[in-house]
Amino acid sequence: MNSTGSSFVYVTYIRTTPERLWQALTEPEFTRQFWADTVQDCDWKVGSSWKLMIPDGRVADAGEVLEIEPHRRLVLSWQNQFKPELKAEGFSRLVYSLEQQGEMVKLTVTHQIGRPGSQFIEKVSGGWPIILSSLKSLLETGESLEATRRWPEGI
Amino acid sequence: MPEFKPKTVYVTYIASTPEKVWDALTSSEFTRKYFWDRSIELERKLGGDFALLLPDGTANVRGKVIAWDPPHKFAVTWHVEWPAEFSKLPECHVTYELARAGEAVRLTLTESHSWDVPDAILSGGRSGWPAILSALKSLLETGKAPAIKMEPPVAMIEAIRNLKF
Repeated sequence: MNSTGSSFVYVTYIRTTPERLWQALTEPEFTRQFWADTVQDCDWKVGSSWKLMIPDGRVADAGEVLEIEPHRRLVLSWQNQFKPELKAEGFSRLVYSLEQQGEMVKLTVTHQIGRPGSQFIEKVSGGWPIILSSLKSLLETGESLEATRRWPEGI
Repeated sequence: MPEFKPKTVYVTYIASTPEKVWDALTSSEFTRKYFWDRSIELERKLGGDFALLLPDGTANVRGKVIAWDPPHKFAVTWHVEWPAEFSKLPECHVTYELARAGEAVRLTLTESHSWDVPDAILSGGRSGWPAILSALKSLLETGKAPAIKMEPPVAMIEAIRNLKF
């Protein structure tokens, strides 16, 4: 966090290829397993709309593709659609960066918003570690973490 | 006693049990596989001695055990002895906390400091811990720790050289 904004950065190293990791980050049959049964509605082109859909069809978050470089970098604008106080914070910026390092891929996830003390960034800071841990488990063992396979009840 | 404030926190979830994660954190059989070949030397009690040793026996880090609550919480004071020019850094505290999270274990690593540490110095831990704990997770979930190569922490070394103490 700095004086003008809030940010969350998470790095994980995954034994996979950039191609497989990219597929896992973007394709519904993977995200359903490690990202609480959600799917993304997007055609993955710069300027395309992006939506994170929960199993009952509601939109959890929405934005658009700002940059895309397959297997290397994806930048999204991202606004929560669920909670009025989070939606009111406006658009955040999410960057996935993938870097091959030997037998591993270094994945860096950076989530930022242009306001200090953001509740939205605090919220996602609690969520990303388990989602990205589950993604690593899925790609390395074939099984995601059990706790991330369903959308939490009552949300 | 100076106050130590958390400066770096890293959380990972591991498909394992708290007991297995605890063993991986506290025994050399495991640390050698995921912590760049370092052995842990540990008196398993509060106030006990702690060290991380390089394969040739040189102490990389030395400290004391300041929390010992198996398999929930383990904390040490952490003074870097090697490379020698790092040894002027004041000691920090490194804490591991383990909690069950469904069928997995949530492992939280916290690095706390007693002084206003420049970001360039914090960058050493901020790039190192994700690699170490990613390797630990792979080891426990797949039986095999990956080799994660890191570049030397150039910005950190430069910042340490410029420290005025």
